[in-house]
Amino acid sequence: MKPTPLSIAAAAGVALTYVRAIYFTPTEAVQGPAQKIFYVHAPSAWVAFLAFFLVGLASALYLWLREERLDRIAEASAEVGLVFTTVVLITGPLWGKPIWGTYWTWDARLTLTLFLWFIYVAYMVLRGAIDDRDMRARFSAVLGILGALLIPFIHLSVYLFRTMHPRPILMKPSAPSLPGEMLTTILIAFAAFTLLYVALLRARYRYAVERDAARLSESRHA
Amino acid sequence: MNNFLGDALLIARKDLAIEFRTRSAFLSVLVFALLGIVIFYFAWDSTAVSAADLAPGVLWVIFTFSGLLGLHRSFGVEQEEGAIDGLLASPVSREAIFLGKAGANLIFVLAVQAIAIPAVSLFYNLPLGGIALPLSAIAILAAIGLVAVGTLFSSMAANTRLSELLLPMLSLPFFVPIVIPAAQATAKLLSGRPVGEAMSWLRLLLAFDLVFVAACMLAYPFTLEE
Repeated sequence: MKPTPLSIAAAAGVALTYVRAIYFTPTEAVQGPAQKIFYVHAPSAWVAFLAFFLVGLASALYLWLREERLDRIAEASAEVGLVFTTVVLITGPLWGKPIWGTYWTWDARLTLTLFLWFIYVAYMVLRGAIDDRDMRARFSAVLGILGALLIPFIHLSVYLFRTMHPRPILMKPSAPSLPGEMLTTILIAFAAFTLLYVALLRARYRYAVERDAARLSESRHA
Repeated sequence: MNNFLGDALLIARKDLAIEFRTRSAFLSVLVFALLGIVIFYFAWDSTAVSAADLAPGVLWVIFTFSGLLGLHRSFGVEQEEGAIDGLLASPVSREAIFLGKAGANLIFVLAVQAIAIPAVSLFYNLPLGGIALPLSAIAILAAIGLVAVGTLFSSMAANTRLSELLLPMLSLPFFVPIVIPAAQATAKLLSGRPVGEAMSWLRLLLAFDLVFVAACMLAYPFTLEE
């Protein structure tokens, strides 16, 4: 990946987030340093779901417009989203062990994120299992749309099942219940991770363009 | 519209006629389900967990996996000798093909359930007399959702290189919002709670069915075109 202004800005943003979170944000009174993982965990979760939403959106638009670029956007967003979902699933248990006393629990949001990960993986495997480009685009678009429809149902069913995840402290109807300095840090983190997502999406998209072009010239020579 | 349902019925009858004459899939899936019930018995410490606590899990795990086995065959038969091309060339709308295929699969899954549920009752010594009606309602609602999603994915997976592996991989995440409510509602009924307590789960199943039957039917034509 060649550095672009966007990728440099994203990397700088993430570095700024880490430095600020570790050195310039007060340590939480009850959880201690473990709480610092929140500045990676929460923005990654935001990007994981944002990326999935984009897969669904690009998929629906693809079936409507049949524009190849939309299929590539869905492909790129799924792969980047899978990485961020993996980050969520790794950082969550790391925090859970000292705070909850267990790495994993079948809490509603944990289960939802785990299934988001499974859907992402199925999406990637489906793409890998089809050679025909047009068929691959159509099939994965169908899965992308159905996956987006599925998320609310999984959320509802696992929520009714049980939940113990901390309540939302940022995105909720009332004002965020976070001390000012922590709030600034987490907002920087959200911005930096979103920027990182866009930069990775763009890089992954360009890779797909080059790969398709290479395959096309290969098949012409053959 | 009348024609649409008539076409769907015709497709369903075709699939059921093939199944009825060969009986290959039904018997294998049924034996698989019964084997599952037996294997589960030995994976279970009956002194620690009561049969009523275990049965919902056994039932829904078995339905999920035996359903997958049956669904895999749904489009497998169409792949042989390009039968699907003949089907697509016929003057039948693609939504009707989907509805017909899904209808045949629904009858298939319900027939397996109609034998597997009494079998669990028998082997696990659980009288089902009083709850037969609400339990059937759960089974039917859950089967509709399983079959809608499974039929669509079966059509997709049949065209890929990894079809046997891909079908469960695609379907199982989609079965979660079916299995959780179905198993929870079954557990409520088996532990003698009033039907009202299972209602919120039944509503969730119904909502899933409405959304996914429509979505899968609309999505199905996109999995066919050349």
